[in-house]
Amino acid sequence: MKTRNRKSDRPDESRRHLLKLLAAGSGLLVFPLGSLPTRASAADGTGERPPYWAYAVDTTRCMGCCACMRACRDENGVPKGVFRTWVERYRIDLDDEVHVDVAMHDDFVFAPAPGDVARAFFVPKLCNHCEKSVCNQVCPVGAAYRTADGVVLVDAEHCIGCGYCVQACPYGSRFINPESHVADKCTFCYHRLARGLAPACVLTCPREARLFGDLNDPQSKLSVLLRQRPYRLLKPELGTHPKCYYLGLDREVV
Amino acid sequence: MDFVFPNELNVTWTVMIVLYPYITGLVAGAFIVSSLYHVFSRTELKAVARFSLASAFVFLLFAPLPLLMHLGQPQRAFNIMITPNFASAMAGFGFIYTAYLLVLVLEIWFVMRSSFIERARCRGGVAALCRLILLGNLHEDEGTRRADHKIARFLAGVGIPLACLLHGYVGFLFGSLKANPWWSTPLMFVIFIFSAIVSGIAVLIFHYMVVARLNGWKLDQPCIRSLTGYLWGFMIIAVALELLEVLSIAYKQTEEWEVLGMLIRRKLWISYVILQYLVFSLIPFLLLGINTLFKLRDRLANAMIWIAATMLLVQVLLMRWNVVVGGQLVSKSMRGFTDYLPGVWEKEGLAVAAAIFTLPFCILWLFNKIVPLFPEAKPRT
Repeated sequence: MKTRNRKSDRPDESRRHLLKLLAAGSGLLVFPLGSLPTRASAADGTGERPPYWAYAVDTTRCMGCCACMRACRDENGVPKGVFRTWVERYRIDLDDEVHVDVAMHDDFVFAPAPGDVARAFFVPKLCNHCEKSVCNQVCPVGAAYRTADGVVLVDAEHCIGCGYCVQACPYGSRFINPESHVADKCTFCYHRLARGLAPACVLTCPREARLFGDLNDPQSKLSVLLRQRPYRLLKPELGTHPKCYYLGLDREVV
Repeated sequence: MDFVFPNELNVTWTVMIVLYPYITGLVAGAFIVSSLYHVFSRTELKAVARFSLASAFVFLLFAPLPLLMHLGQPQRAFNIMITPNFASAMAGFGFIYTAYLLVLVLEIWFVMRSSFIERARCRGGVAALCRLILLGNLHEDEGTRRADHKIARFLAGVGIPLACLLHGYVGFLFGSLKANPWWSTPLMFVIFIFSAIVSGIAVLIFHYMVVARLNGWKLDQPCIRSLTGYLWGFMIIAVALELLEVLSIAYKQTEEWEVLGMLIRRKLWISYVILQYLVFSLIPFLLLGINTLFKLRDRLANAMIWIAATMLLVQVLLMRWNVVVGGQLVSKSMRGFTDYLPGVWEKEGLAVAAAIFTLPFCILWLFNKIVPLFPEAKPRT
């Protein structure tokens, strides 16, 4: 597997790098060498590449329980009426008509489907954390950025709430948070990743329909799965290079 | 066939974002008219030359207001200039706006210096203000007048590309979003510029005629006729481009037409097809065409021209609405549409929009109190 582009596109990254170098230099004067082991140095020590996070959804396994939606809301305090993740229900009737809906009420329970159904399936959606994310490109103040480990985030302290990224995202994953009035979206539960934990939605899924892993580790469950099974990306023609891989995705889904 | 992504239920860009390109369009259009006189020596436009420049200035002053009303964190607005992300088209706003405002202020200063001096020589607060504006220098002779004229002409020339940039960039901002099939077309940039010129000329005709009527002035007929010709020409180009954009998608019958055709039929039939094209484009086209091709009695001609100009002001507003709001009604799932109706009294509602649009006219009235914007106006006999 090729090494992923790990360079953060954050505008002030180079300044931070310089400051880190300066801080590290001054730190050497105070602490003896090797007294402060860091994640990076540990990774370097074992020869492992640092992680490059990605996500996979196995649509053949999702049963539409929406436990992920509840977990996301509880974990991240997402206000009512906006969604960092959601589950779409697709029903194809006997006339080949496609009906799509989302359980948006507080209890996240789908209403019973009316009429005869020829085929039905569920598709969990979330931010695709694209490698070439349009939302980052269009943010006028550089508040949207991609971290070195491949996660697209928003600096809520810097965002002006113009909504341009909301318009630019082809997947409807971004929204203006009605409480903070800035752009908001799925973070892959970055606060949990930093502690070595999986995103809340992945952890809570009872069917393992949501998978999360390190693309830079060829032995990770995600890497193995992507080598073994065919997958599809959402709207690949837009050139955003999404990092959310859909296994067993129906052609009806966009 | 009626599914929208759950985050799309509420439209993000409201009537404020409809108003913003509308106001910058008026700026660009009014400025182009002033430049037709100052740069291209269309002397028949002298009657509205100062007025158009001042109109461009006051509208420009208020252009950022709807944006500030819209921003979730308006106190961070200057981040756009402090930490601009130049990969974003929007990052150019602060710099283009500032540069254009600077050029416009300087041009007004040089064009109206004689009037400021005249006013500064009187007594009272306004005279003191004029002395301040003139930086205390009240000296004027043939040489300074010639120099002022030369500099003003240069600034008017520099202002033309800046005006196109200020407004064209708004079109680019929409046209470059690949996620939205209703916006994503390179034509958007050009359409916005031409519709801006239409709205700018229309607002000048509308306002000039109202002011002349209220003050009992005689209208400068050659000026009105010239503006009518320009308005007719530019509206033909603007409407042709707008039609070209939608017809080319319709003719190609691409996948996106399936949803855009439905958008037009289901959501924009009245505001787009009936109002924007059939009523507010076709009628002004006929009214202006008749006046450009035939010589009618002044009174009748002026009434027809005023109606056409007023209707075109509405047409451009409808165009902005249909672009900004229309584009957001289509779900990116391509499976359905959302709805949007602005409230009246909310932060981004119609009352605030009306207030923002009225303010420039009030400032223009004050401006005229300091320096006459129609120095050539003669009373009706």
